[in-house]
Amino acid sequence: MVIMNMVQAINNALDIEMSKDENVVVLGEDVGKDGGVFRVTEGLWKKYGDNRVIDTPLAEAGIIATSIGMAVYGMKPIPEIQFDGFSILGLNQLINHASRIRNRTRGRYHVPMVVRIPYSGGIRALEHHGESPETYFVHTPGLKVVIPSSPYEAKGLLLSAIRDPDPVIYLEPKRVYRAIKEEVPEKDFTIPFGKANIVQEGNDITIISYGSMLRTVKQAIEKIKDKYSIELIDLRTLTPLDTDTIINSIKKTGRSVIIHEAQRKLGMASEIITRINEKALLNLKAPIKRITGYDVIYPLMKLENSYLPSINRIIKGIEETMNF
Amino acid sequence: MDNYKTKFIPPEIFQILKDDGKINSKEIPDEKIIKKMYESMVYARISDDMIIKLQREGRCGTYASSLGEEATQVGSALALKQTDWMFPYFREIGSHIVREFPMNMYMLYWMGNEFGSKIPENINNFPMAVPVASQIPHATGVAMASKFKKDNNVVMCYLGDGATSEGDFHEGLNFAGVFNVPIVYICQNNQWAISVPLSKQTAAETIAQKAIAYGFEGVRVDGNDVFGVYKVVKDAVEKARNGKGPTLIECVTYRMSDHTTADDSKKYVPKKDLEFWKLKDPIIRLKKYMESKNIWNENNEKELIEKLTKKIKDEVKKAEEYPSPKIEDMFDFLYEKIPKELEEQKKEAMSGVE
Repeated sequence: MVIMNMVQAINNALDIEMSKDENVVVLGEDVGKDGGVFRVTEGLWKKYGDNRVIDTPLAEAGIIATSIGMAVYGMKPIPEIQFDGFSILGLNQLINHASRIRNRTRGRYHVPMVVRIPYSGGIRALEHHGESPETYFVHTPGLKVVIPSSPYEAKGLLLSAIRDPDPVIYLEPKRVYRAIKEEVPEKDFTIPFGKANIVQEGNDITIISYGSMLRTVKQAIEKIKDKYSIELIDLRTLTPLDTDTIINSIKKTGRSVIIHEAQRKLGMASEIITRINEKALLNLKAPIKRITGYDVIYPLMKLENSYLPSINRIIKGIEETMNF
Repeated sequence: MDNYKTKFIPPEIFQILKDDGKINSKEIPDEKIIKKMYESMVYARISDDMIIKLQREGRCGTYASSLGEEATQVGSALALKQTDWMFPYFREIGSHIVREFPMNMYMLYWMGNEFGSKIPENINNFPMAVPVASQIPHATGVAMASKFKKDNNVVMCYLGDGATSEGDFHEGLNFAGVFNVPIVYICQNNQWAISVPLSKQTAAETIAQKAIAYGFEGVRVDGNDVFGVYKVVKDAVEKARNGKGPTLIECVTYRMSDHTTADDSKKYVPKKDLEFWKLKDPIIRLKKYMESKNIWNENNEKELIEKLTKKIKDEVKKAEEYPSPKIEDMFDFLYEKIPKELEEQKKEAMSGVE
């Protein structure tokens, strides 16, 4: 075990897989000598060279589209999109092509690639640098969507993503990049897709979250831990979504609060609430609450703390649900 | 005096086989290849005609005809090796024929069955791209991978003139130039993107010149001259194979059909243009040449038409007898392994209530 932050854990996972399989290549803007704007690919260019750590022209659609070609041709490209807001330029290639090639060729071709995208706000960044676009990807059949919440999770989930035969969108919570350090095994290990993590068990209420919000949620729970017995679920993968773990927990607690940073309308919480209604409606003791970003444009830094779900908003949501 | 401003002389159109069937160069392929060109072009036209008939009878969905563009498609595809890669767009019957893509599968796709895009294992084709220009950066990516793997394959990517307006054209060609990959882009400049003429796609005098901005060669050729197309594409393929980078080839031709069977081009295509281009027909031109060299006669022609007519009828039969796709196919090919959450929806779809 080594103490790592998330940047180091992701870098370590990339290094492990690149040393094992020469078809694994990293490409994107500034990923080479510069090591990426968040330094996630630092040192890889020096170790693996120009052919495997590729600085590309400044073109997100081109980065994703050429990665699709490489993946079809038996390589394992790991494109990095520099910031969440710019992933939208590649969205056409993801929705119209990456997600569809296996299906439209009835399995003749497939697209094993991992698109890494730093996402989430709260780092006082520029306009278009604080977005949470996961719903667009989750709504697209054929993609898998993974969001780690800690260094350990990041490494295990990325190694699974790289070994997955289908296109994976891997969203990295940039607010968490250097905010958490924890023990991470140095060796190779994977965390399977479609299996949510029960971070802590409890009987009174089920808190569901993922990615960038997990840390804030834990801080909120810490403040009221003596008051309620709280179960916390980290979804880990949004597609596939682990419905069973959610439903089993709701059957036990009967109450739930769902927290995410993305806008509320048609966000992950909407889908989760619907699944709970379909499978555990009669177990509910209170309406399920959504603590999320508002349905507004993600604000510039002076207002970003008013947009992001805060510790106080989360506690208020839990209290209201418990006292319904 | 104006040295700080860009200057540019547009390229002329390269041609070997003239409109009247006479040649203006000795660089012509051998007899065997000439006959293969002719047979492929005639088969393209017969098949095209058949598919349009099927569409009119309700036996096929919307279809994009290749009428008039056979020399561009056949001449270019013939310059490839079987191991090379081909990225078609959606008006591409001649190149599919040359690549020996089964005609029944080509039809199956237009008949609305995804199995038509399940490319046979021994053919390195990509399925047809409906979103215009989207195939260009994919092809560039394959060329990047081919260069990485050092397997000496060349990629050929087809596009129409309308595609040159899309961002994917720019990004795909720019990446190809930067990484100096083995690829040949064939622009079938048929001068129309549905009802919009080339003059409204670009203010540039030619499409070939766009290559200059990406740092590689552009070539302009008479797209109805199968010898000319074959020659310039062969040169470009060889150049790519030798590590000398990409080429953009503009084949100047004309769309002699509607955009698709859902279109009525009489509304916007000038009749006199069609009459003018009819005289440049790629098949008639080649037939005249072959007859003048005494390697083709009316008897050969009759035999060929009989053979190909029977062949296309057999292919139609095969396509129509192909098993219907099953409901579960919608679910089973989305991922390598169907996720549990989708398994439930699959059961719902197969419950018998549609």
